[in-house]
Amino acid sequence: MAEVEILKILEGVKDPEIPVLSLIDLGVVRRVKSQANGKVVISITPTYSGCPAVKVMKDDIIEALHNEGVESVEVKEVITPAWTTDWITQDARKRLLEYGIAPPVEGTVDKSGLMENPVVVACPQCASTNTRMISQFGSTACKALYQCNDCKEPFDYFKCLK
Amino acid sequence: MDQKEALYQYWLRLGDDSMILAHRLSEWCSNGPFLEEDIALSNIGLDLFGQTRIAFTSACALEGKGRTEDDLAYKRPEHEFRSCHLAEEPNKDFAHTMVRQTLFSAYHLLLYKALERSSDEQLAAFATKSLKEVKYHWRHTSRWLVRLGDGTEESHKRVQDSLDILWSFRYEFFEVDEVVTELQKTSIVPDLSNLQSDYEALVLEILEEATLVLPEKEGFKATGGRIGHHSEYLGHILSEFQYLVRAYPNSKW
Repeated sequence: MAEVEILKILEGVKDPEIPVLSLIDLGVVRRVKSQANGKVVISITPTYSGCPAVKVMKDDIIEALHNEGVESVEVKEVITPAWTTDWITQDARKRLLEYGIAPPVEGTVDKSGLMENPVVVACPQCASTNTRMISQFGSTACKALYQCNDCKEPFDYFKCLK
Repeated sequence: MDQKEALYQYWLRLGDDSMILAHRLSEWCSNGPFLEEDIALSNIGLDLFGQTRIAFTSACALEGKGRTEDDLAYKRPEHEFRSCHLAEEPNKDFAHTMVRQTLFSAYHLLLYKALERSSDEQLAAFATKSLKEVKYHWRHTSRWLVRLGDGTEESHKRVQDSLDILWSFRYEFFEVDEVVTELQKTSIVPDLSNLQSDYEALVLEILEEATLVLPEKEGFKATGGRIGHHSEYLGHILSEFQYLVRAYPNSKW
């Protein structure tokens, strides 16, 4: 199968924890290689090194390709270059927002990553910027927990990783 | 000691530190002072377990004897672990855990920054990946240290008492032995001569903000973890951590 077709199939494989994003949108799929013997080798990179969704992602990729008739699939894990939220596409950021998760605010992690204050994140419900961080760590490794001071809704923020 | 053996040992040190500390953090799961903090501690533990997996997988590949990350985690006895004493230190109360974590995250932050420059591709990749996560650990726990230190009389006393005990555990981070010396010959481990002074400066800055002071007298000077000499705590950790695999060998679920 041609690599373009494989990519097309992978666009249908969603992140198990954020079902509005595909593994392509997230930048988790790094490389697709179709070998002469029909075997397909896919390289993925974990968002966070302890991301528990990686196993499910691998299984879902294999299953999606099996369903399209690709029998021999290998999914490799690579850690370099390290995943960054910069790889999340613009379109995907829009979908995140519509889904109720504030997308990463660009340029918010300074180089030292030290004592800077939490970033200003707009509420995905009412767009108010009068929000506060409740915890750096949220429902999954990649998210922080925020609350809107105006509409009072708590919400997830997809935190910047650079 | 040849370079390959030294690098294998170094991967074990990195992996064991993270695994043992991650286990300690996981003990907070469902016991945190409030839900968000419970989740935060578990998340930090999860990051560290992830880093452990990369370190162990790298160690196994280097060793080339067909062992897996699970073999290293579940089947090694206490004296084969290379973790430092601070990682084993019990949680005690929340203040003690936060002091331990701040002292550890500061070390992780500076060590990984240095290891990004490693001449070994895999080690550099590991450091780059882990550093992104550790920045968040440091920010979270050091903020807590300020909040507790510059908090009530009781919270201040608790973090100061813990700091008095744990501050001298840092020496173990900076020990240069034959493993480090061997790896520095080829810049697999870069020059770390500034690590201790940078570390002390970084921690001191936070302590000042937290209205905490360094202890007048140095306490127990931790040493020996890197060659398998541990406190009594490690055995207890492993008896829990490895119980299932030892009681039911080769079980699958």
